[in-house]
Amino acid sequence: MNETAQAAPKPRRNVELVLLLVALIIGIGAQFLVAVSMDEPITQDYYIEGAVFATISLAFHLALRFRARYADPFILPIVVTLNGLGIAMIHRLDFTASFDGAADRQLVWTVVSIGAAIALLWFLKDHRRLRQLTYVSLIVSVLLLFLPMVPGIGQEIFGARVWVTIFGMSFQPSEIAKITLAVFFAGYLANNRDLILLAGKKVGPFTFPRLQDLAPMAVAWVVALGVLIVQNDLGNALMLFGLFVTVIYVATSRFSWIAIGGVFIAIGAALAYQFVNHFRERVEIWLNAFDQEIYERAYGGSHQVVQGMFGLANGGLTGTGFGNGMPTQAALANSDMIIAAFGEELGFIGLSAILVLYLLLFSRYMRAGIGTRDHFGKLLATGLAVILVLQVFVVVGGITRVIPMSGLVSPFLAAGGSAILANWLIVAIVLLISHSARRPVVVGPMVNTSGAETSGIEDRGGSAEDRGARQDSSTGRSGGEETQIQEAAR
Amino acid sequence: MNNAIRHTWVVSVTMFVTLFAALSIIQVALTEDLNSDPNNARQIYNDRGAPRGAITVDGSPIAESVPAENSNFDYQRVYHDPELYFGITGFFPIAAHPTGLESELNEYLSGHSDSQFFDRMTSMFTGETMEGAQVELTLDPELQRQAYDLIPEGQRGSIVVQEVDTGDIVSLASRPSYDTNDLATHSTEEYNANIAELEDSEHVSPYYFRPINSTIAPGSVFKLVDLAAMLESGDYDPDTVLENPSELDLPDSDRTLPNFTTGICHQQTESNLTWIVAQSCNTPFGEAAMDMGEEPLRDTAEDFGWNQELNIPLSTSASAFPETTSQADLAYSSIGQGSVTATPLQINMVSQGVANGGTVMHPNLVDSIRGSDLQLLEQPEPQVLGEATSEEVAGEMTEMMEAVVDEGTGQSAQSQSFDVAAKTGTAETGNEGQVHTWITGFAPADDPQYAVTVVYENIDYETGHSMTGPQMRQMLEAVIEP
Repeated sequence: MNETAQAAPKPRRNVELVLLLVALIIGIGAQFLVAVSMDEPITQDYYIEGAVFATISLAFHLALRFRARYADPFILPIVVTLNGLGIAMIHRLDFTASFDGAADRQLVWTVVSIGAAIALLWFLKDHRRLRQLTYVSLIVSVLLLFLPMVPGIGQEIFGARVWVTIFGMSFQPSEIAKITLAVFFAGYLANNRDLILLAGKKVGPFTFPRLQDLAPMAVAWVVALGVLIVQNDLGNALMLFGLFVTVIYVATSRFSWIAIGGVFIAIGAALAYQFVNHFRERVEIWLNAFDQEIYERAYGGSHQVVQGMFGLANGGLTGTGFGNGMPTQAALANSDMIIAAFGEELGFIGLSAILVLYLLLFSRYMRAGIGTRDHFGKLLATGLAVILVLQVFVVVGGITRVIPMSGLVSPFLAAGGSAILANWLIVAIVLLISHSARRPVVVGPMVNTSGAETSGIEDRGGSAEDRGARQDSSTGRSGGEETQIQEAAR
Repeated sequence: MNNAIRHTWVVSVTMFVTLFAALSIIQVALTEDLNSDPNNARQIYNDRGAPRGAITVDGSPIAESVPAENSNFDYQRVYHDPELYFGITGFFPIAAHPTGLESELNEYLSGHSDSQFFDRMTSMFTGETMEGAQVELTLDPELQRQAYDLIPEGQRGSIVVQEVDTGDIVSLASRPSYDTNDLATHSTEEYNANIAELEDSEHVSPYYFRPINSTIAPGSVFKLVDLAAMLESGDYDPDTVLENPSELDLPDSDRTLPNFTTGICHQQTESNLTWIVAQSCNTPFGEAAMDMGEEPLRDTAEDFGWNQELNIPLSTSASAFPETTSQADLAYSSIGQGSVTATPLQINMVSQGVANGGTVMHPNLVDSIRGSDLQLLEQPEPQVLGEATSEEVAGEMTEMMEAVVDEGTGQSAQSQSFDVAAKTGTAETGNEGQVHTWITGFAPADDPQYAVTVVYENIDYETGHSMTGPQMRQMLEAVIEP
């Protein structure tokens, strides 16, 4: 039985508002701090940009009050803090010779992304409607993944063919594809969970599902991985594989999937090491980063990761403070290496705080998954949480040499429009899931008393929209009645 | 399903714990190793971009650190009047070793000397950027400017002026010069281009400062050393009459030692020592050197500073008086040719020693070193380098050097304001038509205050000789207050 229903649920939007104000003070304050510590004049722009950022964040908060008042109150403040800190650091790096104007672009993308997230929240209303798009998601994912390989619009940057340029705008479609793939995996497994679990041959302690039940997933998986490997996008390949393994594990609760996944990762890594030059280079850099010959290699050398580590070491425990470090020593300081920039200027303490924010964020994502009553929502929330975990792990692990480095960017922090957009869309979806997890269960005049199974709302008839409308109208009822109904539901 | 999600959460948290562990290893445990890694340019940026103390003359900076714009380095080293001070300040490049005082006094200028220990501690707690110590030089900016302006463009000249009783250097100028700012640039490309250009140019080098590093044949100014040795031996005095053949046959050699053909020496086949010095005749000195032998000559030279490198605190090149291979070699050495070499500063030290009653002072450029709070850290005391002659001999030499100016080869150095004592020199360079033209001396002769040396290298005799005497007089008149 889910715990959320045990306490009388409160919307907790006021908690969110207070935390959001704190988040805005941190995020916008960081920008002013950059100006102060770098001896730059505080121009009118700072106030305008701060106001824009605050306005769009508060707009999201208002949208939640109207559309998802029971949504998790911690997610939005955490994300706004990270996004604000990211803009501040990008703004700080704009003062170096290597970068210019990236902070303004990032703010514009943030506004666009939050706008898109609000729109998604507003028009989607209920995450379960995404379940109807299970196979559409698969097609969209495949199209998005193939897009960079279309001649004319595809673009190869830093050895990875993951960009498309349309009308002069660069975009990384794989960022959006990870959402659609998560939707597909969640939808497919929610529909076919029983078949995969029950139908199949039993060999020893393992039950192997029938091939036809797994075929669509296998196709999706092979296509995604194949395309990403051809595009040299190892970070996303690892992330999608992790997503696949986790979602199927959560769907079936069978540990054997993890074992099988582990074996596949080992085989995949061995094959990639044999046949993918890019990957072999990365492993070599990872193992022998301080080898002088590898360090000095013009392409595919360890300069970036070593300089990143120097930056982290320079920051030490407390950091140099904004503007006093030299994060631009490492290439791509404001995107791939922004974690090293934070580690240098805010120190171990500052970077740990950021990691704790990520930890809280994915915990809230998973909490939404635990709380929601439908299988699709659980799988989707967990999948989206795992995407976040793996992104952070691959980025920070790559910079700290826990694993080989691969080109992923830290969610919400790094400069890059597509990633910001994708992550904000994920926030909107997870907030909807958490709303459905925490809102009072109102099942209308017919109270089902059969116990735990009641939580599977989607099993009952009627379109999601109808139910959404019913539930919206029900929220106006008195708390006492809601409690009663919940108790009945339990 | 919820349990599986919980397990996923546990695994995710474990992954994050790994990240925390890795971060704490890099950011806390390994910082020392990583910070001192030779590939870590941050150390260089920190050191080379730190604010350094200023080098000042008469209170105004000739080298100072100013906040840098558009650079990875925080501060830019800026040199004022670099043409006057290029060889003294040296330069502080970002990607090569510093030179000059920037190198010799680096510990003070960067704030890392022992005496700045407490400043460092304080700045650690207050968080203020510590600036290095300021170094005030003994140089007089007006004299330095005058000396530099006296040397015509295109000539290779040096002018040295020292205070007689302390050895403090008040002017140390030379041409050709270069702009040290070109080598302090934060752009490695510009630096490489500029240093290559300097290294390719013929008469100037970024690692070499003519007045203290140019070891050239001193010619007849070296006779002052002979004279000190001769008078000290007791066998000679100013009135001793010596043979003065126009040519001296040298033993075991087909070379001869001639007197200067266009001079007055050939007018007298024998004369007293004073006249011989005044006219700078060669043969009597060759004869005397061979009579005395090498030993006393070299001892005296070493007492004046030969055969040793000094830190003033710039590093000077050693002037050489090597072991002679034959009597002929010794005879040539005695007139400042052969294997004898000297720097302009070394020759000025001879004048300073004679003027100071035979006591040679250690040349010195640094007046005081003060912390960034202007607290005095160091103030070098005048130091005795050696006792080259007795006061009596020094007095006799002074009179003979006065005769050089009164009636001999140094008449162009005569001044209306005071008596000048000097000795001229012309050294063969081996190149037809090119000589090194020297003059060294001091004034006032009765109460010596300043010693001056002017030298032009590789110049034709007429041009050189027409400049050295008058320029020495101008320097003396400028430095000695009436």
